[in-house]
Amino acid sequence: MFSGFPLFPEQASSHAADVDNLYFFLLAITAFFSTLIAGLVIYFAIRYRRRSEVELPEPITGSTKLETLWTVIPAIIVMVIFSWGAKVFLSLQRAPSDATPIYVVGKQWMWKLQHLEGQREINELHVPVGRSVKLIMSSEDVIHSFYVPAFRVKADVLPGRYTSIWFKAIKPGEYHLFCAEYCGTKHSGMIGKVVAMEPTAYETWLAGGPRDQSMTARGQSLFQNFSCHTCHRSDGQGRGPVLEGIFGKTIALQTGQKVVVDDNYLRESILAPASKVLAGYQPVMPAFQGLVNEEALAQLLAYIKSLAPQAATLPASVPAPPAPAPERERQNSKP
Amino acid sequence: MSTLTAPTVPVETREHYLNADYGVRSWLLTVDHKRIALLYLASITLFFFLGGFFAVLIRLELLTPEGDMVQSETYNKMFTMHGIIMIIFFLIPAIPAVLGNFLVPLMVGAKDLAFPRINLLSWYIYILGGIISLTSIVVGGVDTGWTFYTPYSSTYSNSYVITAGLGIFVAGFSSILTGLNFIVTIHKMRAPGLTWFRLPLFIWAHYATALIQILATPVLAITIVLLALERGFHIGIFDPALGGDPVLFQHLFWFYSHPAVYIMILPAMGIISELISCFSRKYVFGYHFIAFSSLGIAVLGFLVWGHHLFVSGQSAYAGLIFSVLSFLVAIPSAVKVFNWTATLYKGSISYQAPMLYAFGFIGLFAIGGLTGLFLAAIGLDVHVHDTYFVVAHFHYIMVGGTVMAFLGGMHFWWPKITGRMYPEGWARFSALVIFLGFNLTFLPQFVLGYLGMPRRYHAYPPEFQVLNVMSTAGASILGVGYLIPMIYFLWSLKYGALAGPNPWGATGLEWRTPSPPPTENFKQTPVVTEEPYEYSIREIKVV
Repeated sequence: MFSGFPLFPEQASSHAADVDNLYFFLLAITAFFSTLIAGLVIYFAIRYRRRSEVELPEPITGSTKLETLWTVIPAIIVMVIFSWGAKVFLSLQRAPSDATPIYVVGKQWMWKLQHLEGQREINELHVPVGRSVKLIMSSEDVIHSFYVPAFRVKADVLPGRYTSIWFKAIKPGEYHLFCAEYCGTKHSGMIGKVVAMEPTAYETWLAGGPRDQSMTARGQSLFQNFSCHTCHRSDGQGRGPVLEGIFGKTIALQTGQKVVVDDNYLRESILAPASKVLAGYQPVMPAFQGLVNEEALAQLLAYIKSLAPQAATLPASVPAPPAPAPERERQNSKP
Repeated sequence: MSTLTAPTVPVETREHYLNADYGVRSWLLTVDHKRIALLYLASITLFFFLGGFFAVLIRLELLTPEGDMVQSETYNKMFTMHGIIMIIFFLIPAIPAVLGNFLVPLMVGAKDLAFPRINLLSWYIYILGGIISLTSIVVGGVDTGWTFYTPYSSTYSNSYVITAGLGIFVAGFSSILTGLNFIVTIHKMRAPGLTWFRLPLFIWAHYATALIQILATPVLAITIVLLALERGFHIGIFDPALGGDPVLFQHLFWFYSHPAVYIMILPAMGIISELISCFSRKYVFGYHFIAFSSLGIAVLGFLVWGHHLFVSGQSAYAGLIFSVLSFLVAIPSAVKVFNWTATLYKGSISYQAPMLYAFGFIGLFAIGGLTGLFLAAIGLDVHVHDTYFVVAHFHYIMVGGTVMAFLGGMHFWWPKITGRMYPEGWARFSALVIFLGFNLTFLPQFVLGYLGMPRRYHAYPPEFQVLNVMSTAGASILGVGYLIPMIYFLWSLKYGALAGPNPWGATGLEWRTPSPPPTENFKQTPVVTEEPYEYSIREIKVV
């Protein structure tokens, strides 16, 4: 297929063919209409070329019928394109629930990736073929963008917020990873590769090589070291809400607003906890902005998300807080 | 018999706006809209070649995959300056401030614009903005891209962001004042009998453009102020560490910059209507539809800015809404293309250079517009956003569209502006060179983009080299194509054939006054009794 002059990248993800099919449809429409217009212009220009200086052309001013035709038909065509594009887009929005999360941090000018099992990578991402992977991404500095052309996926990577994309590799191979949002001097050097491996090869890779503790283990250490456990007690007796099973729940804030506890809510609740306080709780949690870097934040998130709900009796809403505990010394020691 | 030979250089002895007064002061302190148009012409031409110079350097660097001609920091400054100069100092002002300034009063039968002194002020403001921007280049340059995304531009860039921003901020007021002048002139100064639907479509186009200039440009000004405050005083509006949102900048920036692209294309479309009708000697097909399409584009153009933010972290629902609106704004443009094509039907078509540029415009604008559909299709945009696909798309519209229309218009009205004809053979030749060079430069970039080559890359993977070499080859041809008219236009000022009032046999009030016009435009205010483009009911007189 690629006889030395490829016109599009390999279709290496489950999503790629959908994107390409829309592309081919649009190419066909473009070819059709540009040929039609060019053809008509050239044909009219020759057929009706001026043969004498005194010829008077026909006084045609317009045709409401034609105007309607060439307004309605393009309108229908563009609505078809819109719907198709929307469908392709929406299939990218929600990762399958069994997607393996991998945390990505972009910084000038490199990509840092961490697998849940503890493997860390720089500018390379190993993924298993045939399994959905969800990237949870943030930036340490400016806006970057994580782009894998062979997968046809891209999302900006922002400071201060998580963004995510998901994909399922369908073909083993090495694929370009590019930063696709201009981020300064070495923007064009912020590149790498995604290495898709057969599942057994991937497991081998995962198990081999030097690696950290798993992210949940690291996250648990951080949870202890930052003394989160003193307020967020599993028995509900702490000043902070129980975190077991809270990820993915819809909760009510003090303001009455309902939010879903997603990655960004957890992030915000650690870095700037006073912004969205759970109903029934006091805004007493210290802000960890500046004390927790992106990697530590990701590990904390991995840990919190791993906390399973305690008992079957856990109600859908969060239990009411206990009576306020006696005043304690604020712990301000850095771990 | 006398052996005296007649002078070989033709001489014009009647008084008109060019010889009515002499000296630098008579130019720098003029309030004549025609002279101000020429002041703008000189300025935008200089900026075009400066922006083009940066483009040449970019394309030379991209001949090889490695970043080996200049350092990365320099390259980043080059593409930033290319964008700022070409957009703010060439594309936005070129047609309105040159051809618009010259022709709007003539076309409505007035002596000048509504506010002649504000018109001159507008040029000085533009020059001031230009000097500030040139200063930012000389002192070290800015490397944020013309889009200035935060927090790179507000916190991390070590380049002259505020200086460059100030130049753009100042230049924006030039645009606002020009728009103001046009709107008041078109409303209040039309000659007797010149009702709205007797106006040339060039006027409708500039009216719609002026609405955008007035309503959108202030948002850019505010955005730049906010960026400067953030960069200088860390007010925390875009910095997430201070509780700000970097994506807010993108919304503010594109709220102006998307309508801005319609400032760049609507006047061009106005020119095309004039060229197609004159060189087919026919009514413009669907006059009312084209007029209302211009207004429709202006209005809808304000509602689509979020299509620049599809992968920015913007909500998916917002993305879908912006996608559907972006498709809607394509429809009036399509309507215009069909109407221009239909104008050719049963016309009496001649192939002078302005018409060749008009044909080129229709083809290249059609491709540029159709590739916009690829970008509006949100699922597809995820793949091609921030790649060379986008670069190719907007160059097809801005260069294949606006610049071609500008050149077509310059050729068409050159006799009116200067009283001279340009050499037709060279003009046709360079139109062809430009068309071919343009396509060779930008068609490969669509392929590059879909293959995944990102924008603003100093170095790239080797497999992208062949297409980059093709693009650079095209750019050198395109550059030659632009140089040729520079030469023969200047040549024609002294050696071109003298032009009468109406060398093309065109309709329109501007052709009913001598070439070049007297300072007051018309000896007697014309009275209009005809519908526009009435080629079919009278014998054409070329004078």
